[in-house]
Amino acid sequence: MYKLTTRTRAGTTTAIVAVALVLAGLPLPAVTSRGVIQDLFFILTMLTLAQLWNLLAGYGGLVSVGQQAFVGIGAYAMFAGVILAGWNPVWAILLGGVAGLLLAIPTAFFAFRLQGAYFAIGTWVIAEVTRLLIAQWKTLGGGTGTSLPREATSNILGTDAIRALFGVREAAARDILAYWLALLLVVIVTGGIYWLLKSRLGLALAAVRDNSEAARSVGVDTGRLKWAVFLIAAAATGLTGALIFMQTARISPDAAFAVTDWTAYVIFIVVIGGIGTIEGPIVGVIVFFILRSALADYGSWYLMTLGVIAIIVMLFAPKGLWGLISSRSGLHLFPVRRRLTGPKIEGGI
Amino acid sequence: MILRLDDVSKSYGALKVTDAVTFAVSRGEALGIIGPNGAGKSTLFNLITGNVLANAGRIEFLGRDVTRAPAMDRVRMGVGRSFQIPQPFEGLTVFENLLTAAAFGRGGREADMVDDCARILEETELLKKANVVAGSLSLLDRKRLELARAMATGPELLLLDEIAGGLTEGECKALVATIKAIHARGTTIIWIEHVLHALISVVERLLVLDFGRVISIGTPDAIMASKEVREIYLGLEV
Repeated sequence: MYKLTTRTRAGTTTAIVAVALVLAGLPLPAVTSRGVIQDLFFILTMLTLAQLWNLLAGYGGLVSVGQQAFVGIGAYAMFAGVILAGWNPVWAILLGGVAGLLLAIPTAFFAFRLQGAYFAIGTWVIAEVTRLLIAQWKTLGGGTGTSLPREATSNILGTDAIRALFGVREAAARDILAYWLALLLVVIVTGGIYWLLKSRLGLALAAVRDNSEAARSVGVDTGRLKWAVFLIAAAATGLTGALIFMQTARISPDAAFAVTDWTAYVIFIVVIGGIGTIEGPIVGVIVFFILRSALADYGSWYLMTLGVIAIIVMLFAPKGLWGLISSRSGLHLFPVRRRLTGPKIEGGI
Repeated sequence: MILRLDDVSKSYGALKVTDAVTFAVSRGEALGIIGPNGAGKSTLFNLITGNVLANAGRIEFLGRDVTRAPAMDRVRMGVGRSFQIPQPFEGLTVFENLLTAAAFGRGGREADMVDDCARILEETELLKKANVVAGSLSLLDRKRLELARAMATGPELLLLDEIAGGLTEGECKALVATIKAIHARGTTIIWIEHVLHALISVVERLLVLDFGRVISIGTPDAIMASKEVREIYLGLEV
């Protein structure tokens, strides 16, 4: 007699538009410049990192400022796979995911003993320790870093076909491949998070976010849930890090473990877009890209402007720009709300 | 016996909040717990549910030692609870609150729990508001939601913590009728309450707690007639 539904018209429209955008994005390298492809690669990888940080902080309540540890370890694992084991860089990206996962186990073991701000600081400390340790790895360039060997970058899986297809040089072919992989990754990560939120685990995450004691009292295993979210985010962040540095083909500890690039900007994207929603990071990354393009030449003024904008948004729109749009329009592009339909039920939401 | 506590104690530093508490509850019984503020009533609930672990003693539920078992395991075994101050999942709807409790408290697919959640919502007079966000509910509806969410876990033992507190006479009466109906279906109930007439209309026995100790346990008539209880709890000099 009663039914559960999550389907809405907006959700169906979003699904159709998302498929259309992805399909339109595939042949884009044929009609746009290398600069545009590089910009899109940047947007897609930052969006992936933002979705993952949002999963951690917005849904899991785990405010980490040490995600650069997983970007860095993922990137270095990819370089190690190529330089030390002779793997093709595309396959070596997978090593980045494994490395992120492996680093997340001891990180969670220590960091989960801390709460709130102490957890945040703890993750940052672990990221710094990892950076210092990696800087001792002389085979991979120590503190100054290294580049992918020429023979590896010229033989990346699929680049020959891309060169033939688009008539481009080797470096441009690598950019196109990286762009496609970034597109694949953002689809998997965003789709995966959406699927997770619509599953039983999504309910558990929301319950823990709202009240962890009450969540335990209805049978939610809050500890296991936090572990699961942390490990998933770490592995996918490791993959993203490996992909980012496959595209640049050059690595150093300072670049791979940069707290500004891989955590501060990511937090900015999520906060101004809207934490705890899938739409938020999408809005946030667009705003961030526009600001970056407009202000990149102004040095530290750029960072200060980002900070001021973040403070203004937090004061006047604490749920971010998407929160503002959503509360006024009632729009949810990725609906996760379970509605009960049947007799005697009023509209509610 | 569905629940048995033997010499259960809990201290926070030098402060002993539960002091060698011993009692047992039969299956299908309704037991009321009374005592002055700070007597350790809510701590006793937290010890039974596993939200707090005992320093000493033994807690048995359905014949199994659960003294060290975490809260989520006890829920799955059949211990459901409400909180003194309602603690809904505010960002979720009323229905989603129940769905979470049903899916995790019993373990199972969401789709299989829908009809049962709707039945509990109807019984607790929340069905109309099933799709309303819990954070926007009034106090009465929050209390109803506490009861409904605890019921959704499928409890054999239901622990109610001052669920009638703060309600008007009419609201209290409606809630008591719901609790009576739940009890009549065979659910064992332990109920902490200051609204004595509501409590006495449901429970078969009363347990009096003071400074973490069991002062007295017996039928409501016997307890209310006890000079010691009237002095401690009601502040009456007889």
